[in-house]
Amino acid sequence: MTTAPSTSTRKRALRLHIEPRLDEPPRWYPAAVSVGAIVIALVLGGILITFAGGDAVRSYLHIAKASFGSLGVLSDTIVKATPILLTTLACSVAFRMKQWNIGAEGQFIMGAWGASAIVLAPVLPAETSPWIFIPVMILAGMVCGALWGLIPGYLKAKFRVNEIISTLMMNYIAIAWVNFWVFAVWTEGGFQMSPKFPQNAWLPRLLDYSQKIPLFSGLTTHFGLVLGIVAAVIIWFVIYRSRWGYEIRLIGDNPQAAQYAGINITRNTILVMMLSGALAGLGGMSEVTGVIHRLQTTPIAAGYGFTGIIVAWLSKLNPIAAIFVSILFGALLLAGREIQPSGVPKMIQGVILVCLIASDFLLRYRVSITREEA
Amino acid sequence: MDPIIILAAGVGTGTVLLFATLGEIFAERSGVMNLGVEGMMLVGAMSAYSVAVSTGNPWLGALVAMFAAGLLSQVHAYIVITLQADQVVSGLALTFLGSGISLVLGEGLSKAGAISLLPNFSIPLLSQIPLLGPIFFTSQSVMVYIGYIFAPLAWYYINHTRPGMHLRAVGEHPAAADALGINVYLTRYLYVFVGGMLAGLAGATISLAVAPGWFSEMTTSGQGWIAVGLVIFAQWDPFRAVVGSYAFGALRRLILDIQGPAVLFGGPNPFYLNPYWSFFLQMIPYAFTIIVLIIGSREAMRKRLGAPAALGTPYIRGERGL
Repeated sequence: MTTAPSTSTRKRALRLHIEPRLDEPPRWYPAAVSVGAIVIALVLGGILITFAGGDAVRSYLHIAKASFGSLGVLSDTIVKATPILLTTLACSVAFRMKQWNIGAEGQFIMGAWGASAIVLAPVLPAETSPWIFIPVMILAGMVCGALWGLIPGYLKAKFRVNEIISTLMMNYIAIAWVNFWVFAVWTEGGFQMSPKFPQNAWLPRLLDYSQKIPLFSGLTTHFGLVLGIVAAVIIWFVIYRSRWGYEIRLIGDNPQAAQYAGINITRNTILVMMLSGALAGLGGMSEVTGVIHRLQTTPIAAGYGFTGIIVAWLSKLNPIAAIFVSILFGALLLAGREIQPSGVPKMIQGVILVCLIASDFLLRYRVSITREEA
Repeated sequence: MDPIIILAAGVGTGTVLLFATLGEIFAERSGVMNLGVEGMMLVGAMSAYSVAVSTGNPWLGALVAMFAAGLLSQVHAYIVITLQADQVVSGLALTFLGSGISLVLGEGLSKAGAISLLPNFSIPLLSQIPLLGPIFFTSQSVMVYIGYIFAPLAWYYINHTRPGMHLRAVGEHPAAADALGINVYLTRYLYVFVGGMLAGLAGATISLAVAPGWFSEMTTSGQGWIAVGLVIFAQWDPFRAVVGSYAFGALRRLILDIQGPAVLFGGPNPFYLNPYWSFFLQMIPYAFTIIVLIIGSREAMRKRLGAPAALGTPYIRGERGL
């Protein structure tokens, strides 16, 4: 029994060092980590696809070609990205204050319902000018979304009801609510859809101008994209350049400090949930008036609210980054429709989110591998 | 609209919620919130059904379901315990991942046809008890009986055994537990795994017993989230979880049955005359979950009771905790 290590077992070994990161990492570093996480996620997703009997490489090539391959499909990608962008903004605002609004889906659906009610109730006659029609529908969509956010926001602020579960339950209630109107009140000939909206209630699309600009023929990109980008810029200013945004960020980072600083957390909880709901509601309005042109449950409740959660996380809650990440996810959703098995896009979204969350570790800790005498 | 049938069926469907809720209670008592219950249940329901189809053995299906969901839960465990990431976001990610995996691997499973399910039977003698017999002990699934045995055991384990005390210590004050020589990390991994296994069992209870079959995401239809809500209503106590789960099960059944008869409470049944009103009935379980949460949260505020103190926070050895 010797206490000193014998020379024969002494060898050079690789050792993993993990220590908390004290300095700010360079600016490019978080982006590089995110990209790395996505690459790893795609590899893991590929393994899972292969395991399920699919062809991973062909699936990915198909996604790339079917979403960016030509001007036409690029336009379709942007159409898919528009609702994602608005739900992403909704999630980003709420998550910035650590309000876990999982209900963007329901708020989106209620926004679509609110906008549809203007046409179908009808609040405005069918021959109304689009200059009046569209602003009123935008307002109705945002108000309905905000109301759907107000309920869980109020319950959270007053009774400390867990907003994750309440917003999620509100999603199911919203679907049943819209189903009732679609089936029972506004049905077209017994089918589970409302009649088509009159053309003055449609958001303008690029193809509407194809007589003046032939390049635009067949492109379905609609005015909702402008709404989304304007909203992103406004939200960026609100979060990073306004007093209210400062309060939101402070509550999110350190609620106790915010409380000591005299910030009204109750009021901000309710307001942020309403703003979040209004943004998601705008998304629902844009989808129903820009793409579907009628109220119908399935294409509206397609999970945009949930994709918004992932995109918000991927864009690090930054509204400007959200524009670009939304387009990538629009591509995934667009191409994913044709991929078999049909659950693949959803699974890849899950794998990406898991890898992203895991990769945050690299932002908080410095990991280095060194050679040393063992 | 026979109340006995509704209650008996409520106990049956409530067993799904019971397993999922108990599993989440175990995980949360150790300080780890796992919002991925819905995803783990879907993986459980899918793998149980899939194995039962291919082997013809439902018991093997239930076993594989527990293992598969337990395995999935370890993804969450690794991310929040070792990598110390946010438990809310990771749990959400797990829901996406679980439903995605179950959709991909469960492709085409809904057309599998008839398979042998977990058995239903009555308990001799006990089923003769008036009122209680027909509700609790007559031609229920074997899973229901397992639930009767498991819930009190879980309560006893958490409150009156040494490992149960360790579990509570880790959830209430991990630094103190660590000082006593309890391995905080291992304990948390273990109970997240237990939570995953029970969520998988809940899924298997759906697809092989209570509502047999694989209907993609409609298989669970949000019951995993209702279970997360029930944990708060139950105040992390297995006995209250039993009450909540069975009450919810009965409610779900009542909503189905109330649409049937033409005459209700001696008058015309509005849901029979206007079938579309059933959409409002469909809202009830979800609205009721929110109401139950309000009750649970108010009670917790009043009694100053509540969640395990370390719930949702990662434990970092050597850092000043709590």
